[in-house]
Amino acid sequence: MPYTAKIKVTLRQSILDVQGKAVEHALKNLGYHTVESARIGKYIEVTINEELLQEAERICNEICQKLLSNPVMENYSFELEQVN
Amino acid sequence: MADVTVGVVVFPGSNCDHDTEYAVGSFNGIKPRMLWHNDHDLQGVKAIILPGGFSYGDYLRAGSIARFSPIMQEVIEFARKGFPVLGICNGFQVLLESGLLEGALSKNRDKKFLCCQTTLKTVNCSTIFTSQYQQDQLITIPIAHGQGNYFAPPEVIDSLQEHNQIVFKYSDAEGRVSDESNPNGSLRNIAGIINRQGNVLGLMPHPERASEKSLGSLDGRALFESLFEHIAGV
Repeated sequence: MPYTAKIKVTLRQSILDVQGKAVEHALKNLGYHTVESARIGKYIEVTINEELLQEAERICNEICQKLLSNPVMENYSFELEQVN
Repeated sequence: MADVTVGVVVFPGSNCDHDTEYAVGSFNGIKPRMLWHNDHDLQGVKAIILPGGFSYGDYLRAGSIARFSPIMQEVIEFARKGFPVLGICNGFQVLLESGLLEGALSKNRDKKFLCCQTTLKTVNCSTIFTSQYQQDQLITIPIAHGQGNYFAPPEVIDSLQEHNQIVFKYSDAEGRVSDESNPNGSLRNIAGIINRQGNVLGLMPHPERASEKSLGSLDGRALFESLFEHIAGV
């Protein structure tokens, strides 16, 4: 049974997120004065055709480290859901 | 003597490949050879240039998909053997993604795509790419990028400094390297770095766009001259 990996890639806190800053300013301009900050990341869905959850997890970690995120400036997290 | 060939890699989305080909071809005894991203054959070239552009649409991150193209597996091997590899703009981004250089390039500090002349200070003229410059020479070379904000963890920056791997810094016309003369927010005004072995250089500015009088500056020519003098003698 395949798994869907729902992957989030976010910029590390120490990296200036210029897109997030622009959105934050726009929200404040719209009158949302309680908005304190906005940060933008990426959401990626990958279907992995593996039987074992452990194996799907291993592949997911590997592709996140290899291609989907750049460890120099990004963090990643994911959830795996079994596809019925 | 037969011409020495220099490879210019063409990725889908490269847009400075022909400018680079033209600049390379303007030197006596040097012949550019275009290398297709999907090939494995480096065709006997003596140096490789990764040109500017938007390889693979810059999808995911600039340079991240190009790094896994078939030709890059050969370029990485070529670089590890000690042959010269030069990455310009998007090519620099590909080199960082490949791990041939350290660090990363994020979006410009002021959110803008910057297309303008910049003054660079050549802070290391003892490399194979900069031997024809003077130490701390100020040169005018244009930039054209949205993601040129160089970042690396503090220990990497310190190590680059310690091993004299920072080659070009953004400066003002008087040679002051300051926040005001930093167009994109790069740490320590870094515009270009070299690897520890000294055979892989990446820089955001475009020397090929400063290689002919009609382009407004000839200051990029010395970079190619340095490299070609090195490989023609090898």
